[in-house]
Formats: sequence, C-alpha cells, structure tokens
Amino acid sequence: MEASFYHAKTRYPGIFGWIFTTDHKRVGLLYLFSSLSFFAVGVSLGLTMRLELIRSGMHFYSAQTYNAIFTLHGVIMIFLFIIPGIPSSLGNFIMPLQIGARDVAFPKINILSWWLFIMGGAIAVTSLFTGGGPPDTGWTFYVPYSIRTGTNISLAVFGVFLIGLSSTLTGMNFLTTIHRLRAPGMTWKRMTLFTWSIYATSWIQLLATPVLAITLLLLIIERNFGVGFFDPAKGGDPILFEHMFWIYSHPAVYIMILPAMGTVTDIIPVFTRRNIFGYSFIAASSLAIAFVGYLVWGHHMFTSGMSDTARIIFSLLTFIVAVPSGVKVFNWIASLYKGSIRMNAPLLYTLAFIFLFSIGGLTGLVQGALATAVHVHGTYFVVGHFHYVMFGGAGFGFFAGLHYWFPKITGKLYEEHLAKLACFFLFIGFNMLYFSMFVLGWEGMPRRYYDYLPKFNGPNLVATIGSWILAMGLIIMFYNLVHSLFAGNEAGDNPWEAASLEWQTTSPPPVENFAVQPVVTKGPYEFR
Amino acid sequence: MNETAHIEHRDYATAKLGMWLFLFTEILLFGGMFLVYAEYRQLNTADFHEAGREMNVFLGAANTVILLTSSLTMALAISAIKKGMKIRSLLFQAATVLLGLGFLVNKYFEWSDHIRKGLYPDSPVLLAMSHGKILFFGLYYVMTGIHALHVIIGLSVIVFMFALTLRGNISDTDYVKLENTGLFWHIVDIIWIYLFPLFYLIL
Ligand code: HEM
Repeated sequence: MEASFYHAKTRYPGIFGWIFTTDHKRVGLLYLFSSLSFFAVGVSLGLTMRLELIRSGMHFYSAQTYNAIFTLHGVIMIFLFIIPGIPSSLGNFIMPLQIGARDVAFPKINILSWWLFIMGGAIAVTSLFTGGGPPDTGWTFYVPYSIRTGTNISLAVFGVFLIGLSSTLTGMNFLTTIHRLRAPGMTWKRMTLFTWSIYATSWIQLLATPVLAITLLLLIIERNFGVGFFDPAKGGDPILFEHMFWIYSHPAVYIMILPAMGTVTDIIPVFTRRNIFGYSFIAASSLAIAFVGYLVWGHHMFTSGMSDTARIIFSLLTFIVAVPSGVKVFNWIASLYKGSIRMNAPLLYTLAFIFLFSIGGLTGLVQGALATAVHVHGTYFVVGHFHYVMFGGAGFGFFAGLHYWFPKITGKLYEEHLAKLACFFLFIGFNMLYFSMFVLGWEGMPRRYYDYLPKFNGPNLVATIGSWILAMGLIIMFYNLVHSLFAGNEAGDNPWEAASLEWQTTSPPPVENFAVQPVVTKGPYEFR
Repeated sequence: MNETAHIEHRDYATAKLGMWLFLFTEILLFGGMFLVYAEYRQLNTADFHEAGREMNVFLGAANTVILLTSSLTMALAISAIKKGMKIRSLLFQAATVLLGLGFLVNKYFEWSDHIRKGLYPDSPVLLAMSHGKILFFGLYYVMTGIHALHVIIGLSVIVFMFALTLRGNISDTDYVKLENTGLFWHIVDIIWIYLFPLFYLIL
C-alpha cells in the first residue's frame, strides 16, 4: 500500500514542503488551518463586543474603538473565514477525491491562490497598525464615509482585493477540474452533491468576484486621486457604489452557503443509509440559487434610494430565490424519512444546520418584503438574520463537514461523546445569542453602536451569556478535534461505510489519491 | 512517492478552458467600469459631448491601428509556431512587443498633453468645470489607465513567451501557452475597440 500524502517525500523540506506544495490536499489543509486561525481571532473580537454590550453604558470600548472592532470582526469573518472556509479548504481536499482526479487542473495556480489569500490577510492585518489607524467603516466600506474617513481604508481594501483575486482563481481552477478531470464513468449525475455545490459556487466566484475587485479598485483610486466617481461634490453617485458592492456581495452569500448545503447533502444519505431524495432537484437548485442569486442584490438597498418599481422587482426576486433553498430543505427532510438513522455527530450538526438555516432563511423573507424591511433595516434584526445564515448555516455546515471528513483527512476518529456535547453547547449558546438579537431588532435597537438605551438591557444580557456558552462549545469542539488528531483511534479507510468515491481510497489518501485509476459504475449514494 | 514525479495533469483542452474562464473575469472587471461609464454618460450627456472634444482623435485612431496590427502579428506568431517555424514565430512575437510599446508611447504623449493643459483628476482646472466633465476625465484616466496596465502585463507575458520559445519550451508540439497569451492579448485589444469609440468617436 502506498504511504499517505503526509509521509510522502516533498520537494522542499519541512514547512516549505507545505507552503510550496502543489498537492491539492496540502493546499486544502493550508486553507483550513489559516481560515480557522482567522476564525479564532474573529470569535475573540465578537466575544469582546458582546462583553461591551452586556448592559447599557460605555465599559471598555470607546465609540471609535468599537467601530474598528466590528469592522475588523466583519472583514475577518466574511473575507478570511467563511468565503474561503468550505470551498477552499474542504473543497480543495475533498472535491478532487470525489471525482476521482489526481489533483486539480492547475496545481500551481492552486497554491498561488493560497499565497494571494494569505498575503491579502496579512495586508489587511497590517492596515490596523499603520497609516490612520484601523478602518472603521463596517465590512461594507460604504462611500462617502469610506472616502472621507482618515483611517487606513486603502490598504485594507487592497488586502480584500487580493483575497478576491485568490477566490476568482480558485473558482476558475475548480470549474476546469470538474469539467475535465472526472474519472472514467463519473458522469454528471454520478457526482456527489457536494461536488455539485462546489461547481455552482465556483461559477459565482468566477462571475461575481471581478465586480468586487473593480469596485474596490475604484474606491482606492477615489481615495488617492479624487476622480470623483462616488463623490457627490464632483457629480459622483454613492448609490452606484452600493449597487456595485452588492452585485458581488449578495452572490457572495451563496458562496458561503452553497458548499455548506452540499456538505450536509453528502452527510444525510450516509447516516440514514438510503439514497438522497430528489438528487436532480438538489443539484439543479444549486445552479438555480447561483443564477437567481445574481439578481437580488437590490434588497440590501431598500432604504438607500431606489425607484418603487425597482424595489418591487427586487423584492419579488428575493422571494423567488428562497424557493430553491426551500426545495433543498424539503429534500433533506424527506431523505431522513424512514431512513435507518445513525445519530453521529456529523448528522447532529446537520440537523442543527437545517434548523438554524431555516430560521435564518425565513427571517430573510421578513427583510425581503418591503413593508417589514423598512421597519427592521439597520437594526439588530439584520445582525441576527445574517448570523443565523452565515454562522448557523454556513458555519454549522462547515463543522458538520469537519467531523464527517475528519477520518478522511487525518485517518483518526474524533471522540463521539465530546463532539455531541460540543454541538449541544453550540446550539444552546447560539440561539440565546442570536435569537435575542431578533427581539432587540424588532424593538428597534440599531446595529453598529457601542451603547444602547437601558430598556434593551434584558435581551442583551441573555445574548452575552449565550455568547459564553457558544464559546464553550467551540472550545470543546476544537479541543476534541485537535486532541483526536494525536490521540484518536485509528479510523480505517471508510468508517462511515460511505459509498462516494473519496472513501474508496485509503484514509488519509496517498499523494495522487488513488493507487489505481478508479472507474465509476454507480451513484454516490447507492449503498447496496 | 516523490512530488516532483507528478505527471502533468494538464492537457490542451484543459489549459484552454481555464484561460477562457479567466477571460470572463476580465470582461466582468471592465464591465464594472463600463457600468459606471453608462450611468454617468446617461446623466451628463451634454457634458460628455463637450469634454470629448478635448480628445485627440488622430492619436486615438493611430493607437487603434497599432493595437489591431499587434493582434494580427500575435496570431501570425501562433500559426508560425504551429507549423514549426520557430524563427518566424519569434520575429512576430518581437513585432507584437514593439507595437505594444508603440501603443504605450503614444498613450504617454496623449496623457501628458492633457496633463499639461491641467486636465487631470482633482486638478484646479478640472474642478472648476462642470460635474459631467470631471466624471468624463475621471473615467478617461481610470479606464484607459487600467487598460494600459493590461497592455503592460500582456507585454511582459509575451516577452516571457519569447524566452520560452527561444529555449524550445514552446514548440509545434506544445504551444498552448503561446495560444493562451494570444487570447489574453486579443481581449486587451477588444476592450480597446470599445474604449476608442466611447471616448473619442461617439461624442
Ligand atoms: C462567537 C461568535 C460571534 C459573536 C459573539 C459575534 C458577535 C457579533 C456582534 C455583537 C455583531 C454586531 C456588531 C454591531 O452591529 O454593533 C457582529 C457583527 C457581524 N458579525 Fe459576528 N459574531 C460571531 C460570529 C460571527 C461569524 C461566524 C460570522 C460570519 C461567518 C460573523 C459575521 C459578522 C458580520 C459580517 C457582522 C457585521 C459587521 C458590520 O456591521 O460591519 N460573526 N457579530
């Protein structure tokens, strides 16, 4: 048997064998390690924000510091954790295995993407300590404030620009890989739904990110040369910036959620021992989300100044984009029905995902409807909503995938009881933390303030206590994973008895994935 | 197993597909700027019309001819290497680089002429003008500037390809790198074909 890729001889010794690697598995792990590190920073910042907000009054963050902290928290979580989170880490590691490829189509561009990502991250971090101080605009960098503020916007935005470039290249690489490098017999309808979701995601990465790139570039040019595109004093139009920003950033939320959906879709059949219900519908709904997701950006701007016609159309489209997500949720539920369920941690996280994502999705509709959107715009309701979809959805999907593929990646088993305990803490803490935000938002507490009226004290206290429980869950979960990495039981090649291709090679896989070229004769969820 | 022993996973069609996908992203990148152009032109039609008079149609037209010719020489360089005519391909690649440099020199004169007249972003002369004119010149500098950046990148890549051809890495059996470079060069050309009328002609 061939040695696993960890033990293979690399061209460069030690750490250089990682950062100059072209093996998709190593690149995936580089991404995993770096984005989880950023996640840890983002969570710490979030916890300190919650601490500041434990009751009304100023405690330890001044208004300006608080502005910088939530900006940093948002930028890290969005651009450095959740967007590269699943597609670049698990996608890189798992997707080529699932289609029976030896690597991605362009291994060198793959490692270049990671380089750009890490350079972008480093530049964004540098912007905190240089120039006019940490950016304070919120992660959306709205003009005109982002042009006028003296803080170090240009550098931070340039960092995000590089991360965007990295994301585009990853999308290009994965699309080419899926089109060209499938193993013999791996027809489109025999691909796993995780790979389908990566496919749809890659299209979004490819077709939306350049718009962000040019928007950010124009912002930098605007700040440094004063060309006036977004400056009303020179005839420019700040609303145009919002349009261009959301033309990328709304599709980007599907970059976050689609791979998570794909992950849980792969998990459900394995732990219910039955074929997924409605394979083609789930695959098609990923593409539908990717497509319709392009056309709904205006719902972020209902109160920014748009014609009523535009608002009504965007609202309608927003309701339409909820349909394919609904299709998926119903298909997941239907797949659970009459399955022989094994309640292992991956499935538990998946169920938490379905529950939290549904709440996130339904509250999305509250904001998609014009009348209610105006009421909740700019309040904590929005903050609650996007944490439910991004953290409860994409984040929990990521955790589910981490547990599910942990034996594949490491060859070890995590500790089942601890994993379930962690999930329990996460779930309780999560709902205390973010459901309180819905209540607060509905009552009118605005977002992005370091202080609030005393009448909001109650739910804020609940939220802050929830954030501690959530943090405990995260600590238990990562302790379990890291500890099992060293002390876990041997997993064997296919501990879940899954049918998809990535489990048919050794765990962890050898350098070129398969000792002999696999030939595919059945679908990914056919267990008999 | 040794990582250096990796066989190349790429084949011709894969490399081409990757390049075409990348070209999509270039179109979208410029698409963002065309969107800005469209909005501001719509809002300031008369100003754009007047500002357009400041443009030197002769220099613009000359640059269009230069760039189109360079696309031709690029295509000829590719078809030469496909037939195994290495020297000829090298000559055509060199011609492409020279034409590209000519484009940049021309651009330099054009820009410095405007700058001498005080027409550059945030200049006192420009700020005294109407909003539409400020935006027109802003767009002019940004769009042709980012385009020129692409010309520079394209030229660097062609020089690199020249070296590869010289060393025999690009040959009649393996020319996809040169072909992809050609594709990039053509997209740079096509974008100019849109910039030229938008800034010089239709006003
Ligand atoms: C323990 C975990 C977390 C805590 C305690 C937390 C807490 C918070 C709080 C209190 C705010 C509101 C700031 C304000 O409007 O005044 C916020 C904003 C935000 N959070 Fe989190 N968060 C956590 C995890 C996450 C995750 C996992 C993501 C993304 C995947 C995320 C993304 C964001 C974004 C994008 C904002 C908006 C920033 C802005 O307004 O510019 N957060 N977070």
